[in-house]
Amino acid sequence: MNIAVPITLGKRFVKSFGLPRIIIALFLLSLFILAPIAGVNVGTSFSDTLNRFGMNAIMVLAMVPMIHSGCGLNFGLPLGIIAGLLGATISLQINIPGPTSFLLAMLFATPFALILGWGYGELLNRVKGGEMMIATYVGFSSVAFMCIMWLLLPFNNPTMVWGFSGRGLRTTISVEGYYLHALNDFLAIRLSRHLVIPTGMLLFFALFAFFIWAFLHTKVGTAMTAVGSNPTFARASGINVDRVRTLSVVMSTWLGAIGILVYQQSFGFIQLYMGPFYMALPAVSAILIGGASVNKASILNVILGTFLFQGIVTMTPSVMNSLIHTDMSEVIRIVVSNGMILYALTRRTEGAR
Amino acid sequence: MIKMTNSQKVIRFLANNTVPILFLVISAIGIPLSGYSANYLVSEVIVRLVRNSFLIVSLLIPILAGMGLNFGMTLGAMAGQIALIFITDWGIVGIPGMFLAMIISTPISILLGWWCGKILNMAKGREMVTSYIIGFFMNGIYQLVVLYGMGPVIPIRNKALVLPRGYGIRNTVNLAGIRKTLDNLVVIRIARVPIPVATFALILLLCLFVLWFKKTKLGQDMRAVGQDMEVARAAGIRVEHTRVISIIISTVFAGYGMILYLQNIGTLNTYNSHMQIGMFSVAALLVGGATVAKANIRNVFLGVTLFHLMFIVSPMAGKNLIGQAQLGEYFRVFVSYGVITISLVLYEIRKKRELALAGQSLAQAQEAQP
Repeated sequence: MNIAVPITLGKRFVKSFGLPRIIIALFLLSLFILAPIAGVNVGTSFSDTLNRFGMNAIMVLAMVPMIHSGCGLNFGLPLGIIAGLLGATISLQINIPGPTSFLLAMLFATPFALILGWGYGELLNRVKGGEMMIATYVGFSSVAFMCIMWLLLPFNNPTMVWGFSGRGLRTTISVEGYYLHALNDFLAIRLSRHLVIPTGMLLFFALFAFFIWAFLHTKVGTAMTAVGSNPTFARASGINVDRVRTLSVVMSTWLGAIGILVYQQSFGFIQLYMGPFYMALPAVSAILIGGASVNKASILNVILGTFLFQGIVTMTPSVMNSLIHTDMSEVIRIVVSNGMILYALTRRTEGAR
Repeated sequence: MIKMTNSQKVIRFLANNTVPILFLVISAIGIPLSGYSANYLVSEVIVRLVRNSFLIVSLLIPILAGMGLNFGMTLGAMAGQIALIFITDWGIVGIPGMFLAMIISTPISILLGWWCGKILNMAKGREMVTSYIIGFFMNGIYQLVVLYGMGPVIPIRNKALVLPRGYGIRNTVNLAGIRKTLDNLVVIRIARVPIPVATFALILLLCLFVLWFKKTKLGQDMRAVGQDMEVARAAGIRVEHTRVISIIISTVFAGYGMILYLQNIGTLNTYNSHMQIGMFSVAALLVGGATVAKANIRNVFLGVTLFHLMFIVSPMAGKNLIGQAQLGEYFRVFVSYGVITISLVLYEIRKKRELALAGQSLAQAQEAQP
């Protein structure tokens, strides 16, 4: 009996947490243990992981509202990213140097995010049950459409357009001189030469995470959860289901827009054209690795998932490279992230439509 | 059945064929802009028909079984590519090489298709998005096998295939041994346009097989499963089993289709060829007027013709119109994704409307009873 208790407890833990997540967590742990043996600096690795965590966390957070309202995983994240890209390019076009441009980019991205998000939400209301596939293709087609637009829109800041023709935006635009490291360097703590904590970026995420958490506990937020868990019941209790769903999609889209701006200020470049194409998949798998399912997600899932996913993405190349002299990190990343999405899609969900 | 007036019929026809009509219009605008000759366009379209039809026909059977568009056909494409790598390594050329590749691809396709079908059975109601992710997932495994496994685990003797570091297959594999062997086997020229009869014969054979298959017991079972899984189960059909078989058939054909496709092109982009195949095949089928729930052979050929006409014409049209060929390239990518999006949305809306109508008529029927 003494042995049976921990086993059943363990089984329950595995069941509630999910076997793939445990494997991934153990894998990351072993990478951190192996790092010093492989001659990889743990400080640098940890610092990189934190940095990438900050870069991606808001885009992962963008999954939460839509999962809550029952719209499924937001494979249409590229739409929000496009709103962010529009904000970024307009901000650079206005050409105000320094961190102010970051605020401007957020400001300009917002109306695009609201309009695109609203349209996207209205569309998803008409295709209940098939949201995820349609979201994927809304993302893809909007990215492809914007490829045409990036060529045609009348931008003319010389840092952004192709040098020789003076027309059409470049595929990557540096944000140096504008908002490069606007958040990263804010209150940054240098613990050692290798270990830097990007406090500003982490605080920025914490602020958003807190807002979303607080929002989910307001009346509208509770209504959103109700719509997600049982739309019929929600309608019976007088909630306008479609409006709540649209609101959640608008929120997700806006968070996507802000998320890409945070990503850019740390990464240093605005990636246009096919850049945002596959950006939804890492965000989706991150929140799933963190313990979310197709219709259930919390802020804790976001934090845990982003940390685990980005940890693996940062650690595998360096550790694997020094251990076996081959870079298998790309394969591992593909298998882990898509495997996690597959796992989540094949779970039976309560209130399945 | 209620009789429809002529105007209603026209509206209905337009509503059911929105996408093909849209494409006809785009092509009608694009062809004069591109300035290509009719002869060139016809021969190009024939090349595309030869290349792509087989792949697209492989999508038909899962649609029959109600599993939507099988984005997992990339699995078949991967199996086909692995088989082609083997025959290139062994140096088997010509028609025997091609058929050997087909034979080698079959067990791999069956295995992958069986696995894919099993997973799709666990994700009923969201087969499409799941099959789409399965494609991505298997791409990881494919890379593991081809980029790391080939050499140390799976022996590859031909040095020209292997990366300089000693293992893994090069990014491009020259398929000179089987390039156009089937296409050039029997060629008839009509008005200077070469027509590869042998490949068309093979495609025709596949079409006949699909038509015949729909009439068999298994085909009928699939149709029943596609219409209503619960009713089919009550009628004693092994629903899960039938669904898995439909995916296996699709994957095997996709493998053959990929081999035909690559023998026409002549080079294999080891890590890219399969990635876009699913998307382009699905888009072409939808352009032909198919929906997620209904597709036939006519849709395949109409779709390939219209879709690739747009594909051939748009870069040149973009160049002549705006002065940038790049614009036309982006335009065709946008249109391919846009078409899939519109078709998916229309399908979901139509499904919802039909459900509502069925509910209404049921309510009326119940009220009418004394």
